[in-house]
Amino acid sequence: MTALTLPVALPPATRKAGLGGALRSEWTKIRTVRSTIWSLVAMAGISIGLMSLIAWATMHRWGRFEPREQADLLRHPLEIILARPVFVSQLVVAVLGVMVISAEYTTGMIRSTLQAQPRRLTVLTAKIAVFAILMLVVGELLSFAAFFIGRQLIAAHIPVHLGDPGVTRSVIGAGLYLAVLGLFSLAFGAILRHTAGAITAVLGLVLIVSNLTGLLPDSWGHHINAWMPTNAGQLILQAQRAPDDLLGPWQGLGVFAGWTALLLIVAAVLFRTRDA
Amino acid sequence: MIEAVGLTKRYGDRLAVDQLSFTVRPGQVTGFLGPNGAGKSTTMRMILGLDAPSAGRVTVNGQPFGRLDNPMREVGALLDAKAIHGGRSAYNHLLCLAQSNNLPKRRVDEVLELVGLTEVARKRARGFSLGMGQRLGIASALLGDPKILIFDEPVNGLDPEGILWIRNLMKMLAAEGRTVFVSSHLMSEMESTADHLLVIGRGRMIADCTVQEFIDQNSELAVRVRTPDATRLAELVVGAGGKPATDGEGRLLVTELALDRIGDLAFDNGVRLHELSPLQASLEQAFMELTRDSVEYHAAVRGADKEENRA
Repeated sequence: MTALTLPVALPPATRKAGLGGALRSEWTKIRTVRSTIWSLVAMAGISIGLMSLIAWATMHRWGRFEPREQADLLRHPLEIILARPVFVSQLVVAVLGVMVISAEYTTGMIRSTLQAQPRRLTVLTAKIAVFAILMLVVGELLSFAAFFIGRQLIAAHIPVHLGDPGVTRSVIGAGLYLAVLGLFSLAFGAILRHTAGAITAVLGLVLIVSNLTGLLPDSWGHHINAWMPTNAGQLILQAQRAPDDLLGPWQGLGVFAGWTALLLIVAAVLFRTRDA
Repeated sequence: MIEAVGLTKRYGDRLAVDQLSFTVRPGQVTGFLGPNGAGKSTTMRMILGLDAPSAGRVTVNGQPFGRLDNPMREVGALLDAKAIHGGRSAYNHLLCLAQSNNLPKRRVDEVLELVGLTEVARKRARGFSLGMGQRLGIASALLGDPKILIFDEPVNGLDPEGILWIRNLMKMLAAEGRTVFVSSHLMSEMESTADHLLVIGRGRMIADCTVQEFIDQNSELAVRVRTPDATRLAELVVGAGGKPATDGEGRLLVTELALDRIGDLAFDNGVRLHELSPLQASLEQAFMELTRDSVEYHAAVRGADKEENRA
């Protein structure tokens, strides 16, 4: 046992504990847990590795596709190199988004966090900002990397350029979509405070409910389906707007961002008022 | 300085904390004593703004905890050792807390050194023993060099060496003029550490006094007398209003009469004394006496009370 010596006194504080410190703190938190690192590795593996594999296989079998299938792929040149990988990597982003906040509750860390910074909106704002920036940077980097690698792989049969209509917007949009989805999931994590519950809720909504609403009858079913958060958000991934789409790509992303903002407000109100 | 006025916490129709008013002063260790479920932890969580009071208020250094400019410099707390993300290293855990209050990085190394965790600083906290977790919690409490320290059951699960270490640390912090507020359900622990006591049972304040006052007020003090002339002395004691009893080994146990008076009585009446000694009741006895009616869950067997209070 070391002899008891008290540490030297701290120099006096020069400023208040505020958003700056909270941002640095949240950045340290997110970069020092393995789940973050693994999630980023998985995202890269899916959007580059898995994408390359599928692109290569598609080119390999190109001659055996029906002309209709070939036409489909030519009409949606980003389907293979961007949209499909995003459908997979969004699952990773959803899990990470939930865990960024739910892990604070499941581990008990939240009590340390709020003892250090009892201004809860400062804590939540910092958490949201750090995660949003991380997802945005990683999302955009991966999405552009995937585009440039992917277009080489499919160039033989599906030529695509950044200058083609809607392509640059889709590539940028893929990163944006993942960042918004991350915050959407974070809001669920903050509201439910339970990792498994929140992941189930987000994935259930993204994978199941969003598709089920497509089965609703008549035009109101069509409207509900179009305005479902991720259905609207994913419009940004299509270079060309489909004839029966109710929303444009940016409108769609706007709807998704609106849902996310609403959920974050609910999360903030609950975060501020609930006992930790 | 911690000041609570009418502090109340209600969960549904159960009152966990019922109108507590108290002041915890600097420069001494204040023990917060009560059986399990008495509301100690809830009270501490309200002090730290983790739980909102249903009524009343509590301030630290004159302000609600949530309004402090630099919370970690004012209050350091160890509520439970498991307020840690197990996947993070001890160093990174302390670093993220330090950053939130703009504390210098070297401070993290200093507190790790202080609690003796330097060698495992880069290891993930998940693998820490209960004692190491407790030390890490104390390290985080000390990070901001705070004026107020709050420890909830700090010796739980520690080995004797660890208990001694924490006990000395608390005394040292108080001696430096800091406010030290420590909860326990172990009477013996309070007896050897605390200067002042707040005793609660079922959310209500039962006693707010010094440790000595607590013992004096709440336990019957007896005086043990050994004399070759026990029968004669017993008569004299009864005459003076005391109550003598024999302890089965020929000694007298006198209650309700002060030790000095018994000595004078014997001298004045020529009774020879071989022993005249106070029997000090321990804090544990006094505590059990006091909280007998407010223990949340009584064991069915009377004799099991003691075990339950220790549990």
